[in-house]
Amino acid sequence: MELGFLLGSLVKIIAIIAYLYGLMWLLARPSIWIKIAGLVGAFGIVQLALTDINGFRLLNNFDSGLLFQASAMTMVALGLNLIYGFNGQFSLGQWGFYGIGAYAAADITYRWINGDARGLLVLGLGALIGTLTLLGINKWLQRFRGIPVLSSFTLYLIGALITGAAAVYLGNQLNPLLTPLLGSVAEPGPLNSPVAQQVIYFLAVILAGIFAAQISFLFGLPVLTLGSDYFGIATLGFTIVVNTLMINSDTILPFPEMKGGRGMIGIPKLTTWFSAFFFMMAVIIIMRNLVHSSTGRSIVAVREDEIAAKAMGIDVAGAKLMSFVVGSFFAGIGGAVYAHYIGFLSPGTFNFLAGFNPLIIVVFGGLGSMTGTIAASFGWIFFLEGMLRVLLSQMGTEAPTWRFVLYPITLLLLMLIRPQGLFGSIEWGFLKGPEFITAPRQQPEPAHKSAI
Amino acid sequence: MLLEVHNLNVYYGAIHALQGISFHVEEGEIVTLIGANGAGKSTTLRTISGLLRTRTGYIRYKGRDITNTPAQEIVKMGISHVPEGRKIFAPLTVRENLLMGAYTRNDPNEIQRTMERVFASFPRLKERINQLGGTLSGGEQQMLAMGRGLMSRPTLLLLDEPSMGLSPILVEEIFRIIQEINQQGTSILLVEQNAHMALSIAHRAYVLETGRIVLSGTAKEVAENPMVKAAYLGV
Ligand SMILES: Nc1ncnc2c1ncn2[C@@H]1O[C@H](COP(=O)(O)OP(=O)(O)O)[C@@H](O)[C@H]1O
Ligand SMILES: [Mg+2]
Repeated sequence: MELGFLLGSLVKIIAIIAYLYGLMWLLARPSIWIKIAGLVGAFGIVQLALTDINGFRLLNNFDSGLLFQASAMTMVALGLNLIYGFNGQFSLGQWGFYGIGAYAAADITYRWINGDARGLLVLGLGALIGTLTLLGINKWLQRFRGIPVLSSFTLYLIGALITGAAAVYLGNQLNPLLTPLLGSVAEPGPLNSPVAQQVIYFLAVILAGIFAAQISFLFGLPVLTLGSDYFGIATLGFTIVVNTLMINSDTILPFPEMKGGRGMIGIPKLTTWFSAFFFMMAVIIIMRNLVHSSTGRSIVAVREDEIAAKAMGIDVAGAKLMSFVVGSFFAGIGGAVYAHYIGFLSPGTFNFLAGFNPLIIVVFGGLGSMTGTIAASFGWIFFLEGMLRVLLSQMGTEAPTWRFVLYPITLLLLMLIRPQGLFGSIEWGFLKGPEFITAPRQQPEPAHKSAI
Repeated sequence: MLLEVHNLNVYYGAIHALQGISFHVEEGEIVTLIGANGAGKSTTLRTISGLLRTRTGYIRYKGRDITNTPAQEIVKMGISHVPEGRKIFAPLTVRENLLMGAYTRNDPNEIQRTMERVFASFPRLKERINQLGGTLSGGEQQMLAMGRGLMSRPTLLLLDEPSMGLSPILVEEIFRIIQEINQQGTSILLVEQNAHMALSIAHRAYVLETGRIVLSGTAKEVAENPMVKAAYLGV
């Protein structure tokens, strides 16, 4: 049994790696039809493996859970790789944005199925007017030169608070129009049909990403001007603050449905393989196109040398803010997908220690390698959660704790043998970027950056 | 006057690095600033390109005041700074490095045309177009840094010690290319410790000592000045 399970797990990990490689290879073909066929096929294969055919299912519930966790982790970790790997800003805040995304999206759908549209209305309006306000202030500030960061931050903060209050007010006013259509859990209204719930769920995921991005903008503006080490500490503080707010969400925050430290229960489990795959591929494609655009090159240039980047005419502060906001957006989306897979959010999941997980994944896969991050996210979940947990649990109830001895050792060994990460800066197929799909890129020298 | 610098006083914290510097560059000229290590040459270039700010005085470019203009605007206006020590982007390819130089420009066809012109000046870069910047030799990195600087199609090119760490043959080659670039219509402000080479291609020269200009004139005059001969030319 144990040997069989071990072999089965290994086969699964190898199958996943081959699957990812194949998908990236297909996406790199010039024909748009092959790309689309590749995406549909990649989705279909897994969907088929998850479907019950005459009582046989290739991937059981446990596997599908791992799959959803891995796709959520891929989104978070890719976001962090953009911030830390590509832009060089050491951030421990990613986990906080992941939590913000999870709670924000869960609040929208939880309220919705319970006959309350305010979650969707407030966050939707907030995303709309909030983003317009921030962009408007940004446009207006560009007319002036050399404004101190704290002054512009104050302006943005005031703008955000006013639009936030406006969104809450408008949301409360509009809510009675929708509630009759929502019904309750016992008697769902027309806007709570399964299809409608999926639509709301998709909206909730996107709004959660936007909300995380807006927060990261306000937080990043003053904090990104600190040097990298101080930035790391400040973002760690951010994750701790977010976690504290979660624990006290029903006392110091007005969200009794989040139930504070007891954890939020009753979140509709709306994540399907379709949505997980959809959002993960969206994040991968957006990030790949960003990284290989001139904006992406400017993000890397800022990491390499801020002075030289400035001399090229790159807005260094802008590039940092850009990668931080986009990275947090990805984290928010990942959190939202996770929340609707698991159906239960506990503040313990989002404490700062767990926040090191995406960091470890990014370093493990290779800073600045998207391929590495994706492979490491899947490998990590299947290795740690799947293989080790199940395997060790057969050796006694306490044995799974050994995971946390075994995996740091694995990590240590990898850092000794391959300090540039599993993949260094190798990219597969599609992820190589448009110019390099034909012309092979040379292997760079290993970057001896300190890992943590 | 293409560039007019008047009474710059620049500080690093308490260090008074530039102590009232004034000079100018005419259209089409190669002007060189020579001086020993620590004289303030790099500081001068960094102030012109907007990386540092002066406490007094002004910088005018094509008659417009650019003293407080942000660095990215200055690049767009046609001043390009090739920093000391090359500072090329090691993990980016030659092509990507060059594209970084064109960061402020938008038209891809125009950018491609500029890249062809850069390759005409530096054929070696074309051979290494997909090689990573960090794997180039010192001379090639200098060429890449200069090529990258030309990608924004500057009217005025600021070169900070292009000869640093290069073999004499490579130095000759680099200086020949600098002259070529100048003959194609780009004005050049050249900062050098290698006074001999700099004076051999420049039209005019300024000598910088601990943050002050102590001598100026045509390159010939400066080269024949007894103090310069003793201190910088070693004759
Ligand atoms: N980043 C810095 N911080 C503090 N002092 C500096 C810095 N850069 C240069 N300096 C000082 O300013 C003076 C001028 O330096 P610099 O312009 O680099 O000289 P040069 O390029 O002529 O060798 C020197 O005394 C140097 O020590
Ligand atoms: Mg210098």
